[in-house]
Amino acid sequence: MSTIAKMHPEAVAQRGLRRFFSDMLVVTERNLIALVRLPQSLFFSSIQPIMFVLLFRYVFGGAINVPGHSYVDFLMPGIFLQTVAFGSVGTSIGLAEDLHKGLIERFRSLPMARSAVLAGRTFADLIRNIGVLILITLVGLLVGFRIQAGIFAFLGGLLLILLFAYALSWGFSIIGLLAPNTETAQVMSFPLLFPLTFASSAFVPVQSMPGWLQGFAANQPFSVLVDAMRALSNGGPTEGYVVKALIWSFGILIALAPFAARRFRNSF
Amino acid sequence: MAFAIEAVELVKVFKGGVRAVDGLNLEVEAGTVFGLLGPNGAGKTTVVRILTTVFLPDAGRASVLGHDVVSQAEAVRANIGLAGQFAAVDENLTGLENLRMIGQLTRLGRKRAVSRANDLLELFELTDAAKRMAKTYSGGMRRRLDLAAALLHSPSVLFLDEPTTGLDPYSRQALWNVIEELVNEGTTVLLTTQYLEEADRLAKVIAVVDHGSVIAKGTPSELKSMLGATLIDLEMSTNEDADRVRKLLSEKTGKQARLVGAGVEISLDRGPAQVRELLDMMDSADLMPVRLNLREPSLDDVFLTLTGRIAEEGPKEGME
Repeated sequence: MSTIAKMHPEAVAQRGLRRFFSDMLVVTERNLIALVRLPQSLFFSSIQPIMFVLLFRYVFGGAINVPGHSYVDFLMPGIFLQTVAFGSVGTSIGLAEDLHKGLIERFRSLPMARSAVLAGRTFADLIRNIGVLILITLVGLLVGFRIQAGIFAFLGGLLLILLFAYALSWGFSIIGLLAPNTETAQVMSFPLLFPLTFASSAFVPVQSMPGWLQGFAANQPFSVLVDAMRALSNGGPTEGYVVKALIWSFGILIALAPFAARRFRNSF
Repeated sequence: MAFAIEAVELVKVFKGGVRAVDGLNLEVEAGTVFGLLGPNGAGKTTVVRILTTVFLPDAGRASVLGHDVVSQAEAVRANIGLAGQFAAVDENLTGLENLRMIGQLTRLGRKRAVSRANDLLELFELTDAAKRMAKTYSGGMRRRLDLAAALLHSPSVLFLDEPTTGLDPYSRQALWNVIEELVNEGTTVLLTTQYLEEADRLAKVIAVVDHGSVIAKGTPSELKSMLGATLIDLEMSTNEDADRVRKLLSEKTGKQARLVGAGVEISLDRGPAQVRELLDMMDSADLMPVRLNLREPSLDDVFLTLTGRIAEEGPKEGME
């Protein structure tokens, strides 16, 4: 304390920032180690999305008509989004677990940057999502998915999905902090995810849904992201979609990340 | 700086209005073990959480090594170690990885964190398990790992929240030895426990906590002497006889005799010399004990007297 007091305020801020990043990386590393070691988290982030690709490509896909594209090209952008969205449940479960096993209590008694606990977890989720998206792209290519709009547009689309997923992680961390245990964290997450994932343009054209559902399905953020990704992967006009997708992603991040951080600070 | 740890009129109210800590005061001398003794729900853990900056107090103030736990929390955290009730280790990390992580977060740097982690793993006899995930550890091993994590940055003040709850006697003994060694090296320890034996063995000063405040404080021997020098247990053949003895002795000695099953317990202010008098009183009423037991008061007795409740079921230290 005495050494900090003597330092120039700017130097303190700089030190604080360096410390935040180094603590964040330590927490990130810890979460990534757990991810690789836990069979269930490996399942949810690799086997399950692969199963969804195969399910929709070979089981349901034949019965779904999409105008202008082969179904697998229509499907893959939806799968990308669904995979990262379902993955964000892991954020809430992991945080709830840390909270109730006393790990957060320990973190709070350490001379570390407190905000690094949430930042480290969401950053670990971001890295996991990069790996998962690469895996799913490869699986997609194996089952006939073709990138029509050029590799850079496609990679740009994946970056959009990653940004949106990062915002979702912060959102779902709030559920982790509110839930009384890990099971409840899971139970609280899915009723939110299911309508957003399935009443969207991810797997079927919105036009095939009943009229009362179309308004929601066409404009909700998951559809916006899928439409943007689809344009960046299959070609077609992209600008409107991309701007809307960016607005949603930054909007969620700006609205929910500070709320999560405050909730974390006040959760004791 | 007068005290290593100080709390003044500390209050913490939880949602629903439960006053978990209710005007608690304590002072802990540097380099000693201070025991917070109390039943489940007495508020011990909440006190520890406030002192370790995990919780914010609602009223009152507290300091560790002169640093205020609210306004100078950062300085407090740099000087304390906390081993909580739940053995807060990451189950998916190995023992070594757990300690390395804590070491890095306490600003040791990765290299020093690893070398310090290895030293502590050896001290706690965990070297063989260092590369195994903590989820494969036994309860005792987890506790040891948790304590090692609390010691990583060599804190000068250590908070141990029920460190031996659920441990087998061997592990408990081993942990006590470590704590004693740390105190010999100058560490200040605040320990909460439900085990009177533990407080008796380790603590220089004990505060008995109930309903969020300190109801008695002193050295173990001071607390015991609150009850008189020696206790005598007179076991009768029937409960009825025991009750008659209780009435008789309470009346004749002016002291409160206590019924324990078919036995009567009363304190002697003049020590064993008084035994004959008591037996004579009983003889004149045609009552004779089937067994007689003299013992020094334990902290159990203190606790029972203070709170009207039994803190722990278990064998008492006797002196036949």
